[in-house]
Amino acid sequence: MIVRFFAGKVSVKIKIAIICLIAQFFLVGIALSQPPTDSVIIDTLRTPPPDVTPVMVKSVVAKDNPNDDGRAVIISWDLSVDDHAGGKVTSYKIYRSEKRGGIFAEIGEAPSGSDQMMDNNVTRDEEYYYKVSAINELKEGGKTIWQVSSESDVVGPAKAVAQWFDTRRLNVFVGMIILCGLIIYYINQAKSGKKLFIRKISGLDAVDEAVGRATEMGKKIFFIPGISDVDNVQTIAGLTILGRVAQLAAEYETWIEVPVSRSLVMVTAKEIVKEAYSKAGRPDAFHEDQVHYLTDDQFGYAAGIDGMFVREKPATVFLLGNFYAESLILSETGNSIGAIQIAGTGQPSQLPFFVAACDYTLIGEELFAASAYLSREPKLLGSLKGQDIGKAIILAAILVGSLLETFNIFQLSKFFRVLE
Amino acid sequence: MQIFGLWVAAFFTLGIISFLYKDNPWYKVCESIFVGISAGYWFVTLFWDNIYSLFYLGVAERGNYSLYVGAVLGLMMLLRLIPQIGWISRWPLAFVVGATAGLYIINYFASNIMVQVENTLTPLFADAFNQPTFSASVYNSIGNIVVAVGTFTGLVYFFFSKEHKGFMGGMAKIGIWTIMITFGASFGYTVMSRMSLLIGRMDFIFGDWLQLIK
Repeated sequence: MIVRFFAGKVSVKIKIAIICLIAQFFLVGIALSQPPTDSVIIDTLRTPPPDVTPVMVKSVVAKDNPNDDGRAVIISWDLSVDDHAGGKVTSYKIYRSEKRGGIFAEIGEAPSGSDQMMDNNVTRDEEYYYKVSAINELKEGGKTIWQVSSESDVVGPAKAVAQWFDTRRLNVFVGMIILCGLIIYYINQAKSGKKLFIRKISGLDAVDEAVGRATEMGKKIFFIPGISDVDNVQTIAGLTILGRVAQLAAEYETWIEVPVSRSLVMVTAKEIVKEAYSKAGRPDAFHEDQVHYLTDDQFGYAAGIDGMFVREKPATVFLLGNFYAESLILSETGNSIGAIQIAGTGQPSQLPFFVAACDYTLIGEELFAASAYLSREPKLLGSLKGQDIGKAIILAAILVGSLLETFNIFQLSKFFRVLE
Repeated sequence: MQIFGLWVAAFFTLGIISFLYKDNPWYKVCESIFVGISAGYWFVTLFWDNIYSLFYLGVAERGNYSLYVGAVLGLMMLLRLIPQIGWISRWPLAFVVGATAGLYIINYFASNIMVQVENTLTPLFADAFNQPTFSASVYNSIGNIVVAVGTFTGLVYFFFSKEHKGFMGGMAKIGIWTIMITFGASFGYTVMSRMSLLIGRMDFIFGDWLQLIK
């Protein structure tokens, strides 16, 4: 259409006028696309003003972070003399390389006033070189207008090394030595024939009664060792009691069933029950399927046991080990079928349910004392006595420490502070 | 498919709830499926998480040959299936129990003893050490006293080598009362959280499934 227009009979003047108009449009467009006048001002700011370069930092030191497993290097420096309020340092940038003359990459930035930074992204026993830049920069609206820096000398090599001991936790070590020393001392005392007293624990006294009840009623005993694996002390404590209960059950010829939710617990429980039957002189009465696996799933396990409870109506239920939300489901079902229930756990949040729904509850440490209580073995009794003396030391510390802190005499609590 | 899933979920939810009435075939079906599926699910999960991801990829891709120690211990466990040498399976068990006890002793000592004692040792009538002796509010002072006395007497209750008689018996009694009051508070709190679980299931039945709640 344009070609036809220019080839047509329109006068030359008009054609020139139209060409000029189009050219004008282009020229105005080009002019508008140029940066505005204030952009030119910013451009000039990109060149830093004179005398803004900060003095470089000195005494840069890179060394292994102590008391760790070799995962960090600490880089420290003396502040630049220009690092003060209104000074020329706005931040510090830290650079790292694996070779002295290699390429340095930025690993972090510290604000002005900082004199150290931790490099946590290192490989143990690898050597690194560091340098620190004192930065002075101007930013506007998040954009850097200009930036100047002065780099320190390269320091290194520094490497992260693992330490055997965390010296900050010396108090834990001393506490452990005292406690273990007490336990060993009292174990030796017990072994040498010294009679050690242990107070009555009702829940454990009731074990014989509970097994006897099942025998009289001709019904089963269920032993539930919780839902944790053998790496949990509560499970181990529960399994220790299982040995005693299984032995009694074998002597009374009462069927004991142990449904478990962990494969390793199943293996361990089988060994314990088998040994208990042998001790009772009834190895023939032991059946492998007395200890059986249900599922690893928490509520699947609870549903399965609930079903067994209501169908088989055991006379006695032991719930000893580590329990979570399934505690009330199990103990409530056991209660509804009229079974005598002895429960115990170290989970403070589950103990209220056991207290409410069971006949006897072993609260926390009573569960751990059970093995000593039931077996009366000198080794275990000595261990219990040693722990009691440890508790006496803690009681004294609480009494004395509270008074000292109340009257601002001495802050004893700092000896118990565990640094991470 | 979504509707089918909704009906299946409703079927199982109602089946499990039917246990409240009494044990019945519907509950038995739901229970068996739940136990069976969860056992199978955990088998598959443990296989892919441990044998494949941890062991196979650990050795083949990351070159962590120390994982063979765990694999050998695992194989030793399986020797239970051969009665003649089944006793070998006790070794990995002993290893697990012993190693765990050693690993946890420091952590438990630090968190269950040291940190607890540190937190108990506070000025009774001030908010922090070095503040004027009676600077705390009445509320905070009572709180500090309850913590100190509760911890002290609670610990006395867990003394096993001494008869709970006389002064010791009185302290232990205060201790067990403190523990029981704590249990009561904990019971109420947990019951409320369980109520929210029930509300969640009811919301599913009357909302998602029956569409009675919009």
